[in-house]
Amino acid sequence: MGLLTDLYSSSIGKKITVGLTGILLCAYLVVHLAGNMLLFRGDGGAAFDAYADVLPSLLVIRIIEIGLFAVFLLHIVTGTIVWIQNRRARPVPYAVHKKNDTSDPLSRIMFVTGSVVFIFLVVHLNTFWVPARFGDGSHHSMYGTVVEAFSSPLYSVFYLLAMVLLAFHLRHGFQSALQTFGLKNLKYTRAIEAAGLIFWLLIPVGFATIPIFYLLNP
Amino acid sequence: MNFTLKIWRQPGRTSAGTFKQYTIDGVAADMSFLEMLDGVNQKLVRGGEDAIAFDSDCREGICGSCGLFINGRAHGPARGVATCELRMRHFTDGEAITVEPWRAKAFPVIKDLVVDRTGFDRIIQAGGYVSVNTGGVPDANAIPVPKHSAEEAMDAAACIGCGACVAACKNGSASLFVAAKISHLALLPQGQAERKDRVTKMVAAMDEEGFGGCSNTYACEAECPKLIPVTTIARMNREFLLAKK
Repeated sequence: MGLLTDLYSSSIGKKITVGLTGILLCAYLVVHLAGNMLLFRGDGGAAFDAYADVLPSLLVIRIIEIGLFAVFLLHIVTGTIVWIQNRRARPVPYAVHKKNDTSDPLSRIMFVTGSVVFIFLVVHLNTFWVPARFGDGSHHSMYGTVVEAFSSPLYSVFYLLAMVLLAFHLRHGFQSALQTFGLKNLKYTRAIEAAGLIFWLLIPVGFATIPIFYLLNP
Repeated sequence: MNFTLKIWRQPGRTSAGTFKQYTIDGVAADMSFLEMLDGVNQKLVRGGEDAIAFDSDCREGICGSCGLFINGRAHGPARGVATCELRMRHFTDGEAITVEPWRAKAFPVIKDLVVDRTGFDRIIQAGGYVSVNTGGVPDANAIPVPKHSAEEAMDAAACIGCGACVAACKNGSASLFVAAKISHLALLPQGQAERKDRVTKMVAAMDEEGFGGCSNTYACEAECPKLIPVTTIARMNREFLLAKK
């Protein structure tokens, strides 16, 4: 425990925490997306509902669920602490600061993109997770919940917007985490950026197919 | 060439500062930015006014003393140069130029454009050295150093400690400076004995000075007069983790 608290107290340790939890959340997104793709089987949601019903009944999934919440919390809380500490490091701002001439604008707005994704997360959990977990059981199938939610174009557009910001967040986050772990060097930087490109683009686009599908097929 | 300058004036550490406007004409395109400021100061002193305080020493880009935030960029618009090497031809005739001191909690303003960079000295004191016993000078080739390591170490050792990385970073982070020093010594055989201790102590000193953390925006790399790459920061993170084992 001494080692962990020692690590967490340093600026680099906090960065590593944000990076590591971020990569874990990325891994979760892949699993989540794979499950969601069952929506498109064209079987009226039978496979998707079977999947959605069996998951909460498994003890291991319940344990992973708690771990996942902990990872989300650690990522959000540590990210916010780092953001506050970094802002405090320059109490007097410059009159003129040409920030974007020298670095990727997306790398500078991680707190903003992260905050929007967080708002999306709360709405998202409230739409799908809360009724399924804490509902009185009268709710219709998960597939029904999906169809109902995306029947509102406003909800679909909000979902799409959140995916765009998630893409922005991942674009910097993925390769940034690897730099933080010390894995980037002259040899691997291009490979990491190529892998990151596939990741930040493909995952949000994958999720975005769902609202796009329901917008096109109301 | 003629210029309108908006320069930060602050009489002392605790006093409030403000921008003051100055004009200068008859500037040659090949003059350095500091020579141009010397011209402004000459005029001020003749008029009985207090000269604008700014740091400079070697004026050939190797000492790290100078450092001004010019038109929103550390060391001005040119890449890979310190303020003293910045020529007036990088500006257009008649341009309005804003000159500010480095802004960071860990770099408090002493006067006008001069900031207190002793935080860097304290980081070096924490571990940025190699302890050697005094005695006869060892033969230069007694310790073999692979060519690749020597090159990488030399690239990192090019850091002149000017603080442009801190100035450019939105977080006022000293990561590139500290990473350069750690990389320089970690890559050489002479640095091995204190390798783990060094990174632990220097990172702790960096945090204690009130510098921000690195969020990988890479603004530092673009403004570094010695073009030190951010791969040194990856190396620092790696060294930091390995030292925890």
